[in-house]
Amino acid sequence: MDKKKQQQAYENYVKQKTPVHNLPLNMVKAFVTGGIICVVGEFVLKWCEKAGLDKDISGGWASLILILLSVVLTGFNIYPQIAKWGGAGALVPITGFANSVAAPAIEYQKEGQVMGIGCKIFTIAGPVILYGVFTSWLLGLGYWILKAANIL
Amino acid sequence: MIKGKQSIAFEESPYILSSASVVGKKEGEGPLGKMFDMVEEENLFGEDTWEAAESAMQKQACLLALGKAHLKPEDIQFLYGGDLLRQGVATSMGVEELNIPMFGLFGACSTSGEALALASMGVAAGYGESMLAVTSSHFGSAEKEFRFPLSYASQRPLSAHWTVTGSGAFVVGKKRSHVRVTGVTVGKIVDYGLKDSQNMGACMAPAACDTITRNLEDFGRTPDDYNRIITGDLGYVGQSILFDLMRGKRIDIKKNHMDCGMTIFDQNTQDTHAGGSGCGCAATTLSAYILPKIERGEWKRVLFVPTGALMSTVSYNEGESVPGIAHGIVLEHC
Repeated sequence: MDKKKQQQAYENYVKQKTPVHNLPLNMVKAFVTGGIICVVGEFVLKWCEKAGLDKDISGGWASLILILLSVVLTGFNIYPQIAKWGGAGALVPITGFANSVAAPAIEYQKEGQVMGIGCKIFTIAGPVILYGVFTSWLLGLGYWILKAANIL
Repeated sequence: MIKGKQSIAFEESPYILSSASVVGKKEGEGPLGKMFDMVEEENLFGEDTWEAAESAMQKQACLLALGKAHLKPEDIQFLYGGDLLRQGVATSMGVEELNIPMFGLFGACSTSGEALALASMGVAAGYGESMLAVTSSHFGSAEKEFRFPLSYASQRPLSAHWTVTGSGAFVVGKKRSHVRVTGVTVGKIVDYGLKDSQNMGACMAPAACDTITRNLEDFGRTPDDYNRIITGDLGYVGQSILFDLMRGKRIDIKKNHMDCGMTIFDQNTQDTHAGGSGCGCAATTLSAYILPKIERGEWKRVLFVPTGALMSTVSYNEGESVPGIAHGIVLEHC
């Protein structure tokens, strides 16, 4: 117990000694970066709609093009620099997700198509996919119960 | 001769006959850039993978150190080497072709100290004329092993270190030179329960404090008996914690302390946050910057204390803390 207290005390002391990124500044940068990525997406969306595609298909094109851009920028090692500056603004949009899949693919390619890329491509994105699917299942279950009970 | 609780004072101190440092591009652009023996512009060192690059670097460092001492691989009795990768493959692959009987070590970033201590003990005990101590780390292979793929987009915390791409090799032997290892203090594992592997300085500072205090006590010295007390890679965060911990023991090392991790990179222009780290950090700084100063007699006696954070990706994920270790090597001009 006493040891735990000591460890806690050291942890608190270290926390107060360790510099951290400036939160408000990081938030502004994230807002700008995320904003720019969304504007690009919006631009693609509007452009597709103008070309006569329906809204859902245009949305698909917007996502696809953002993913492609992110993967290409990852390949040229530019995306990590955008994220270094923009933080969560570059990580949260779909482009961040694409980067988290492309980066392991590049890194583990040398370990082979199956054991390298195959096994490790989702090392970072895997949890997002698993828990994303699981959460949608939970929501679906709730939706189904509510519907069965005639509430919805 | 055993001195105090954890130290050895050599009756016949072995000499450091030669040393070599091989580093990557970023290290070459740093404050010590011109002092390294070899700066490779291409971080893959002509290989296909980071791991092979690290091995190539280590082999190069060994050959350079041997060449400087005018020795051939067969003149070396035993080799002591280690690195950060799983099962120490960078060393196994790197020294394979040298055909020297070898011991593979793991001491995380403190490996240079561990290797030097064992090599010195081997020579002092008379088990060989010359020994080779070598260690390396590579930014690419270390990031891949401990953190994320290189092109993964993330923001590094300010307490994070930048793994040095570099390898240092040292020939320890009986032949006279201007630097000798007069003693070692073997460190023990010190764990303050910290779990943040992105703040290695704070994890290792207690171990550094323990080993330095132990060394001073065992040898009956004060910090003033050393021209410099040099830690491996505590970085900016770790250094300030070390000062606080030492002050708690009423020992002031502020004026003669130096940290390799803070020396090898320029924090302001190289974006390395808390400083350099990795086995190569302390090893290349020792070879390129510290040993020449001792050789010239600028520093008469130095306590070299490389520090290591002993975690694996598994232990970290399983919620274990990050224990630290530090070994003290007493280097003297002669």
